[in-house]
Amino acid sequence: MAGAACALYAARAGLDVTVVDRGPVAGGTTGAGEGNLLVSDKEPGPELELALLSNRLWADLAEDVGEAIEYEAKGGVVVASSEHGLAALTDLVAAQRAAGVVAEQVPADRLHDLEPHLAPGLAGGVHYPQDSQVMPTLAAAHILRASGARLLTGRTVTEVLRTADGAVRGVRTGHGDIHAPAVVNAAGTWGGEVAALAGVSLPVLPRRGFVLVTEPLPRRVRHKVYAADYVADVASDSAALQTSPVVEGTAAGPVLIGASRERVGFDRSFSLPVVRALAAGAVRLFPFLEEVRAMRTYAGFRPYMPDHLPAIGPDPRVPGLLHACGHEGAGIGLATGTGRLIAQVLGGKAPELDLAPFRPDRFEEEAA
Amino acid sequence: MSTDLAVIGAGPAGLAASLAASARGVRVTLIDAGEQAGGQFYRQPAAGLGARRPQELHHQWRTWERLRDGLAASSVRHLTDHHVWCVEQPQARQAGFTVHALRGPLQEEPATVRADAVLLATGGYEKVLPFPGWTLPGVVTAGGAQAMLKGGLVVAGRTAVVAGTGPLLLPVATGLAAAGVEVAALVESAGPRGFVRHLPALAAKLPEAAGYAARLLRNRVPVMAGHTVVEAHGDDHLEAATVAALDPGGRVRPGTHRRIPCDTLAVGHGMLPHTDLAEALGCRLDGVNVHVDDEQRTDVPGVWAAGESTGIGGAALALAEGHIAGRSIAARLRGTAPDPRAWAAADRSRTRLRDFFAAVDSVCAPPTHWTEQVTDDTVVCRCEEVRAGAVREAVDELGAGDLRTVKLLTRAGMGWCQGRVCGPAVAGLAGCDPTPARRPFARPVPLGVLARAGHPTGTDHLTEADHPTEEGPS
Ligand SMILES: Cc1cc2nc3c(=O)[nH]c(=O)nc-3n(C[C@H](O)[C@H](O)[C@H](O)COP(=O)(O)OP(=O)(O)OC[C@H]3O[C@@H](n4cnc5c(N)ncnc54)[C@H](O)[C@@H]3O)c2cc1C
Ligand SMILES: Cc1cc2nc3c(=O)[nH]c(=O)nc-3n(C[C@H](O)[C@H](O)[C@H](O)COP(=O)(O)OP(=O)(O)OC[C@H]3O[C@@H](n4cnc5c(N)ncnc54)[C@H](O)[C@@H]3O)c2cc1C
Repeated sequence: MAGAACALYAARAGLDVTVVDRGPVAGGTTGAGEGNLLVSDKEPGPELELALLSNRLWADLAEDVGEAIEYEAKGGVVVASSEHGLAALTDLVAAQRAAGVVAEQVPADRLHDLEPHLAPGLAGGVHYPQDSQVMPTLAAAHILRASGARLLTGRTVTEVLRTADGAVRGVRTGHGDIHAPAVVNAAGTWGGEVAALAGVSLPVLPRRGFVLVTEPLPRRVRHKVYAADYVADVASDSAALQTSPVVEGTAAGPVLIGASRERVGFDRSFSLPVVRALAAGAVRLFPFLEEVRAMRTYAGFRPYMPDHLPAIGPDPRVPGLLHACGHEGAGIGLATGTGRLIAQVLGGKAPELDLAPFRPDRFEEEAA
Repeated sequence: MSTDLAVIGAGPAGLAASLAASARGVRVTLIDAGEQAGGQFYRQPAAGLGARRPQELHHQWRTWERLRDGLAASSVRHLTDHHVWCVEQPQARQAGFTVHALRGPLQEEPATVRADAVLLATGGYEKVLPFPGWTLPGVVTAGGAQAMLKGGLVVAGRTAVVAGTGPLLLPVATGLAAAGVEVAALVESAGPRGFVRHLPALAAKLPEAAGYAARLLRNRVPVMAGHTVVEAHGDDHLEAATVAALDPGGRVRPGTHRRIPCDTLAVGHGMLPHTDLAEALGCRLDGVNVHVDDEQRTDVPGVWAAGESTGIGGAALALAEGHIAGRSIAARLRGTAPDPRAWAAADRSRTRLRDFFAAVDSVCAPPTHWTEQVTDDTVVCRCEEVRAGAVREAVDELGAGDLRTVKLLTRAGMGWCQGRVCGPAVAGLAGCDPTPARRPFARPVPLGVLARAGHPTGTDHLTEADHPTEEGPS
């Protein structure tokens, strides 16, 4: 997804773009995740700014390809089951609003107007109209097609070619060299490996997630719904908001329930305990799901970096090398903004967001 | 409920294994989705139908009687109507596998069995490739026709064409003919030379094959080797099928089309093994088959596999493999290594039949260029109504190159059957390998059942997880 978005905005900026992937389109994490474009789960900070920019860009793109990529600006609903949780959520909302998020508190007795099938007895919630969704594989494929970039699938990059003075001059693949003065590393969870080909370190690690998919249903879940009961610590702890799974309907009918987070390397093996927890969380929010059947479950590996922020922008260690990876659980949502920022850098313009928090070499300094 | 050995699948493999193990003192629970034991081959007429002489439809009736009587006389506990959706690995602190099943008319009541060892004897399912008109009522799978004959005793129709490839077509054609159906043609895509070459081999290695050939002749079933069905015709029901000859390269020969009136068209292109349960357990596959060693052990300790889940090869092979598995399990559960000489006879038939089916496999393949007959508007995935044109567009224009991406771009394989039916067809159209899809749920499972699975107390805390798990919105 990140590569497709970079290709689109770079091509629109007038560059000649080639996209290389060792697999098919969306064969990495993009084809193994979900397509929530969320602002609701982000605390004020650089990631939220990127999310707000990205969601605006998604809405623009949707005017052309919205239907093809199953774009839906359906909004999110975050619910709290206790007064304590609600208080924490209220604090978060205040901070988010100050950062430009549209959020509307919903008292307990109005929650069912938004989501008629929600469990009874919730303390209240918040409606986030900016939360939206796409179908990630369709999004990557159609955005790539719309970009007009040359697409070379089934080709593994084995080397980053450099000039005598160290600048990038292209990549070597199993099917020959591709010459270019700029190379964007959008290899997601494998971004660290590609960076290593250019001789630099980039700590991208896999974080496994399972998603559950139900049988197709008539629309009964209208928004993206999840519970935020751990927001209590928001003020003291800057770690990501912890929540129960997001439950959402899809254009095609099935309800998606996702997703778990575990650091278990690239272990694909099925884990019933993890999937069971997802099911339990979903049934707690929507009791009617008790009887609905799970058809399948799949796992993907989010590309995460130690500080949970992606690497976006030029790598000062290798002229001509840029990174656009490490978006963890938000790489679909943040792809458009990432692509726009990368294109601005490539076009010699000032990026519209400060790239300092996303600097690819930020961990090197820490280590030093 | 706990047991020494859980056998999943009560076909020839599962039955043979259950009897062999239980005769050696193993407590066996035999679990099957069906109402009765028997699996595909010994599929039983439902008791209520009061079939007077079901044996007329059964070629190996005596073998079946031995298994059935053996089961009744044994201490094997047979759980019918149990649809297994997942076999769970032993958790760190508790020994044994947990077999999760669903029962009841709607398959929504949970049932679990704990076992020290598991045998996967889940058999296979039919492979059917699409062609224009294949979704018309009246077009059935070869196995569907056979099941109608054996299970429901319904005469499938008055005039039938049996088409596709592989040894399954023979019993289906003779079975239909014996039940009084006029079989207008047996259309086999393997070339006449291959067919003629392998018929004697069939006859020599599988005594029943000679019988099929004789019966085909006796019933005057015209055999059209080196032919394929190119289209089925009809408005709301099948009225005719067009068949055509194939050239040696596997392409339809122009000008050889012939229309055959019929009201039943039974098609089959071989079988594929059921591997869902094995894969969720982490068992290694060889291509599309569950990998096993000489004792029928998978590479996951405590898990054995036998019968068609380990490779397609007919009922006799399933029996031999099941027998070997049962004896191996009995020894291994006692902590001893089995002596393979004890099952030398079964081992010999296993080798002979595997060789034979490998040879059959090399002859009986769908026409190389079968996809050329599939028009863009032919439905490929019936569950999601995805047409061939959409699959081609995903590959040619959207950059898909494998089954998974085609599925994600077109929804082919996302429906009720989870791609079991359309997988080979989509792979063929996309020009990629038919990689087995991962289906951790062998059956759709209600979320409420899933949420409580493995928790007798009904709590849903993650106490058994090996790794701390968090959940999050993305
Ligand atoms: C379960 C789950 C749920 C998720 N839900 C959401 C969500 O709701 N919203 C959201 O925004 N995000 C979500 N995500 C995260 C999101 O999927 C990822 O952040 C995003 O897909 C990353 O996209 P990417 O383009 O960076 O990486 P990828 O999609 O992994 O693409 C990287 C590509 O690089 C290729 N590659 C790697 N090495 C080489 C090489 N040497 N040569 C050539 N090619 C190479 C790979 O083949 C791959 O195609 C979820 C993730 C998971 C696992
Ligand atoms: C149309 C047709 C004609 C055939 N004719 C012949 C012939 O003439 N000669 C010959 O030798 N062979 C023939 N065969 C092949 C023969 O049926 C198989 O080789 C044989 O049945 C394989 O035995 P098995 O024990 O491996 O599997 P099966 O007989 O397929 O038994 C598997 C059992 O597992 C059960 N099962 C599967 N998954 C689950 C689950 N998740 N939960 C619970 N239960 C499950 C199924 O209900 C089934 O009862 C024919 C097959 C077909 C389809």
